Amino acid sequence: MSPSFLIREEGEDVMSFAVHIKDVVKEYGDFLAVNHITLSIKNGEFFTLLGPSGCGKTTLLRMIAGFNPIDGGTISFDDRVINDVPSYLRNIGMVFQNYAVFPHMSVADNIAYGLKARNFKGEELAKKVRAGLAMMKIENLADRMPSQLSGGQQQRVALARAIVIEPDVMLMDEPLSNLDAKLRLEMRSVIRNIQQTLGITTIYVTHDQEEALAISDRIAVINSGTIMQVGNPEDIYKHPANTFVANFIGTSNFIHGTVKDGHLTILDQALYDFTPKTPYEGNVQISVRPEQIVLLRGHEDGLPGEIVRAVFLGTRYEYEIAIADGTHVKVNAYNIHSDDVYHSGDKVGLRLSAQHMNIYDASGEVLLS
Amino acid sequence: MKNWHAMSLYDRFNCWTIITVVSLCLILLFIIYPFSVLVIHSVVTETGEISFANYVTFFHSDYYLQTLFNSFIVSLSATVLACMIGIPMAYFTSRYHITGKPLIDNLCILAMMSPPFIGAYSWVVLLGRAGFITKFMQSHFGFTMPSIYGFVGILLVFTLKLFPYVYLYVSGALRSMDASLEEAAESLGVGGWKKLRTITFPLIMPTILSAALMVFMTSLADFGTPALIGEGFRVLPVCIYDEYMSELGGNTAFANVLSVVVIAFAMLVLLLQKKAIAGRNYTMSNLRPPKVKSLPTVSRMVVTAGVYLVAFLGVLPQITVVATSFVKTSGPVFLPGVGLDSYREAFSKMSLAISNSFMFSIIAISIMIFCAMLLAYLIVRKSSRVVNLIDMLVMFPYVVPGAVLGIMLVSAFNSKPLLLTGTAGIMILSYVIRKMPFTLRSSIGILYQIESSVEEASISLGVPPFKTFFKITARLMLPGVISGAILSWIATMNELSSSMILYTGATQTISVAIFNEVTSKAHFGTAAALATVLTVATICSLWLCKRLSGGKISL
Repeated sequence: MSPSFLIREEGEDVMSFAVHIKDVVKEYGDFLAVNHITLSIKNGEFFTLLGPSGCGKTTLLRMIAGFNPIDGGTISFDDRVINDVPSYLRNIGMVFQNYAVFPHMSVADNIAYGLKARNFKGEELAKKVRAGLAMMKIENLADRMPSQLSGGQQQRVALARAIVIEPDVMLMDEPLSNLDAKLRLEMRSVIRNIQQTLGITTIYVTHDQEEALAISDRIAVINSGTIMQVGNPEDIYKHPANTFVANFIGTSNFIHGTVKDGHLTILDQALYDFTPKTPYEGNVQISVRPEQIVLLRGHEDGLPGEIVRAVFLGTRYEYEIAIADGTHVKVNAYNIHSDDVYHSGDKVGLRLSAQHMNIYDASGEVLLS
Repeated sequence: MKNWHAMSLYDRFNCWTIITVVSLCLILLFIIYPFSVLVIHSVVTETGEISFANYVTFFHSDYYLQTLFNSFIVSLSATVLACMIGIPMAYFTSRYHITGKPLIDNLCILAMMSPPFIGAYSWVVLLGRAGFITKFMQSHFGFTMPSIYGFVGILLVFTLKLFPYVYLYVSGALRSMDASLEEAAESLGVGGWKKLRTITFPLIMPTILSAALMVFMTSLADFGTPALIGEGFRVLPVCIYDEYMSELGGNTAFANVLSVVVIAFAMLVLLLQKKAIAGRNYTMSNLRPPKVKSLPTVSRMVVTAGVYLVAFLGVLPQITVVATSFVKTSGPVFLPGVGLDSYREAFSKMSLAISNSFMFSIIAISIMIFCAMLLAYLIVRKSSRVVNLIDMLVMFPYVVPGAVLGIMLVSAFNSKPLLLTGTAGIMILSYVIRKMPFTLRSSIGILYQIESSVEEASISLGVPPFKTFFKITARLMLPGVISGAILSWIATMNELSSSMILYTGATQTISVAIFNEVTSKAHFGTAAALATVLTVATICSLWLCKRLSGGKISL
């Protein structure tokens, strides 16, 4: 059964919407859970709100869903402001962290629930339920009760239930975080494939940065109710807008340096030509990914350091190296030939190439490179 | 797409706001207003002046202070004894293999659910001046049994009827305790009695205190037991009833004063208990239930015998009642021979009382279930200051003894436009007010276990919130609601103290009929037959509840 059958009649366009979030505020007493956030999510886009727990990402998602009132600003689907539209009229498909499958209904009844609320009956209803079951590959579970299903199966039911109502916008609140590691990977690609096939605008909340990188068209990194950076996964990983993002996405080393007269100096030992994007002189923080640093034996070349710890991790060696000012730097080495292996106490040089460095001002807020 | 903006009004003035307002109005009308009338009547004299003379009289009268003290001491003793029986019994049955645990539980539930005064009546039949056992001991051994009337009798009846609260509450707590806590104590070198004292008991203390409060309040409010077996030992509910009845038509101020005193006293006890519990509610993950161990044969036999003896004594009143209902009687005298005469008489004379009891209870329980589910939802999901106030106010009747509630309602609704006195309506009203807390508490309990995301899922799928409540939430709440409602139902069927104040010839219930048959007419046979009807109804209800809720009755 073709998935497109599920959503629309022949020749009809995708009925999905762009979501515009404009200067939105959510306050709990004096605390701003969502602090003047502005975002535009394109039609058909897979957009992820990523941040540590308590950063306001779920609050924002629930405001879009209509479960949390909007204390300031506007949210619109295309050009319609939905601030005052009650949840049940927003035509959203919501997927919850704990599945929220109705425990007293069979799988088929769960999927039919939203369709019945839209007055589908008889053969048309049955057809759409079958399509939903087929899409999530759970035809064989149709008559089961939720208590007989595993977590992964329940989440498939929840997805099918949300998809069959042909939502304008799909909202997912950490849908994978209750699943075990292996299932999480499997469901991740299921969700991504369905979203791609149907082209539904999807807003996805997670605190798992790897999941966000793997699944999203674009990501908004949020911290303390404020947007830190919006961009596609590669952008965000390679050019974090500030030290928070550099630290939160993947692993970063932070090394102190100074910028003066078009030069970047690291610990008085390494010198690069460097002109900041915005005029700046003084102390800087340099962020480098562990896999971007090349190790050289001895102290003749590169930034001198001493191996503090060497850990073998199968595909790579992970080294921790103390440099002159006492900072510990992590380095991942992937080509493991026996003569390239270092041991605790070995003297090494660290080669940092300018193109892999992200240089921030002393506060860590401004990207200079 | 549906109309987007038309519904924004709905959001602001949604159904739950309306329900909050309506609930508050009903509470003001049916709980606060009658209570205010009671307080006002206690301080306003016939001539319309404000006077605390009646309070002065109360606190200067040895007679009334003695009554207050009697009530306190008998309730406290019953509470202590019930704990002394209930706690060890719960400990042994939940931690050791004892044959027939479900039977013990069922006997205890039955003892607890019996109409309170049936205990008094049965013990009089067995141990009273002309009781079976008294006469038997006298004629065969020349031994004179000690008197069952007064303090000892009341205490005996309260203890045997109320220890099941402690037993059942504490068993539940002991069974849901995480085994690793006690194992941790043992791994740290603390075992045996010291482990019980330092780990196990502190953890179940909140539960023990809740059960103790239940026992104390029930004892304090009980009218039937002291009225039947108390004789010279005066307690507050009986005193209130007597004052009220003797002054009926005239000034009931003194009954009002007593009522206010008993409510204040109950409040004080409730606050003390809350203070003792505060901050001690430990949530346990219950990862692994505790091990059930085997006792050595001799100890096991002793413990089993003890447990069964207590459970048997608990249901002995019901056995007595059922047995004597088949014995031929003439007034209070049991004659040789068995038959169904008592039933014939009961059904011919008391059919109105029987049908009243069932009809009032069915109407009352329907109202209770409906209100409790809506209120539980408000309290759990729509918490606000107003809602917290509602939560407090609906629990207020918990500290109001039935007789006092009766007096409150009579004085509040004895004139137009709300003339309810003497109607079935006022009986049903008093049942709903006083017995709803059971249903409400269990509804709240189950709602806390239902994740709100299930409701949000339904709303996100396009079903409006109020419809979602009935399609999803109410449906999922049902097992919890039923287990509480069954307690409300049985308590309503057995209600005596407020009915005694409120009934008229046309609205008398089985309980009232039994009480009158025993006290004023001394028709023990019909009383026993009617009581058997109640007992059978209770057993059937419990059985039905187990079937419907698929197993355990949660208390």
